[in-house]
Amino acid sequence: MTTKAFGLLLAVICSALVSLAAGGHWLGPEAIWHALVMPEADNIDDLLIRGTRASRTLIALVAGASLAVAGGLIQTVTGNPLASPGILGINAGALLALVAGAGLLSLPLAGSGYVAALLGAGLTCGLVWLIAMQGAGRAGPLRLVLAGAALAALFNAISQALLVVDQQGLDAILVWMAGSVAGHSLTGVWPMLVGAVVVMALGVPFLRHLNVLSAGEQTARTVGARVRGLQAIALLATALLAGNAVAMAGSIAFVGLIVPHLARRLLGSDHRCWLPGAAALGAMLLLWGDIVARLVIAPREVPVGVAMTLIGVPFFIGLIRMTGRPHG
Amino acid sequence: MTSIRADELTLGYGRKTVVEGLTLDVPDGATTVIIGGNGSGKSTLLLALGRLLVPSRGRVLLAGADIQRSPTREIARRLALLPQQPRTPEAMTVRQLVALGRHPYQSWLAQWSQRDERMVERAMQRADVADLADRVVDTLSGGQRQRVWIALAVAQDTPLLLLDEPISFLDPAHQLDVLDLLRTLNRETRKTVVMVLHDLNLAARYGDHIIGMRDGRIVAEGTPETVMTADNVRAIFDLVCRIVPDPCVGTPMCVPVGRAL
Repeated sequence: MTTKAFGLLLAVICSALVSLAAGGHWLGPEAIWHALVMPEADNIDDLLIRGTRASRTLIALVAGASLAVAGGLIQTVTGNPLASPGILGINAGALLALVAGAGLLSLPLAGSGYVAALLGAGLTCGLVWLIAMQGAGRAGPLRLVLAGAALAALFNAISQALLVVDQQGLDAILVWMAGSVAGHSLTGVWPMLVGAVVVMALGVPFLRHLNVLSAGEQTARTVGARVRGLQAIALLATALLAGNAVAMAGSIAFVGLIVPHLARRLLGSDHRCWLPGAAALGAMLLLWGDIVARLVIAPREVPVGVAMTLIGVPFFIGLIRMTGRPHG
Repeated sequence: MTSIRADELTLGYGRKTVVEGLTLDVPDGATTVIIGGNGSGKSTLLLALGRLLVPSRGRVLLAGADIQRSPTREIARRLALLPQQPRTPEAMTVRQLVALGRHPYQSWLAQWSQRDERMVERAMQRADVADLADRVVDTLSGGQRQRVWIALAVAQDTPLLLLDEPISFLDPAHQLDVLDLLRTLNRETRKTVVMVLHDLNLAARYGDHIIGMRDGRIVAEGTPETVMTADNVRAIFDLVCRIVPDPCVGTPMCVPVGRAL
């Protein structure tokens, strides 16, 4: 297990270095070393790395890890291997908040727009939880997913209506909808980067309890787990991580869906192993998605969200075919 | 003291009442078997005894304390419950699943200990699943899987064990395996066992104490000999039968004649 953990860490670091080097203008190891250790104010390579590539690398790392962990959490809480943050309507809620903020309140997309998206994601999660918990007290994971799907449809409809009525700032929102880790300054996003890392660190003591939860609600209750409390904590973490990632990098699908499956296959079903592993794999996947996105039609770029979808759809179809088998 | 009793218990789902005003004392250290027709409320009663169902009226008392007002983790150290057909977690190994039985003994301060490790090993040996320890539960046969769930309950190390139809989906040989295992647990570790069974003759053979239910009420209660009479079977199941001694062990055996009109 330690060798696998070490290998994953090494792979993440190497990927990050490639991400610093790659692009329309390739940079060598000396340039990267120079920029990271002894930057000069008037060196163009240093400016490129510290200004653009470092920020998109960090955002891809943190957003990828956040989405993967959020997806893993939601799959455990709902007991549904096809669940992801998008299914709970979190992306749609964040998008609506962003569009409404930009259209109705004229909030700039950067800065307060992030906050709006984060709020939207959080509120959506709370709303989904409230709807799912209504009624006879037998609220199952299925109701959670249904409530999320319904809200997602509603929020997307409202967002589209707002965008059609008021097309101001449409370009910026389009880029955001497609998903992109580029074009942010570190000063703008560092609170979200730190926030995501803090949430993940605070969650570590709960990993053992997630194992109990994944054995099914009834079994978890019989061995004395406080199931509702655990579900609420896991959902809160999901909202914070996914909302944060969506605010930074826009709506990037499939990371939250695919990576938990890869991590479980690679590291087994103990949450203490595979969820941290999912964070590493998610970070790496989004990094490589971004590297591909900036190379494939260089010097222009495709949005990383589009690249991720191209990778994700075949995987998703394969996954559905596999889960057709009993207990696949 | 570990005794469990129900006091004026009324149970239901939503507005539908299934059990009304039921009072019950479970004998300590014995195997109690609950029998009754479909919809008689026996599984509902077992869920309430295991605190998974909140009574609409009345209380379940475990060692004198209301089970709904005690910390769930504390109850999990005194009472293990094996639900009917529990969901098998995806990709979990036998050892991982059985280890969940130690959850009630862990806290932020007391993490996984040598003792937990030992209890898991012992539970797997008791339930005869030690050689399956690293297999994925999903891939096991029904009989093996049921023994794994029992191992989980054994790892919980509780004086009280509740089981809802533990043998309903097993072939006759595996049914006896599971019942023999439960009897061994009861006799050797003085565990109080309460289970719901559908097979009357196995209930009479393995139960020390039989509870017959119909329409959410207890119709007959006592030793197999006192409960398994033709009149009681008719009152519980609307079934006409003849009672003969079981040729193997001498406990009462019910030979069905037909449905009572």
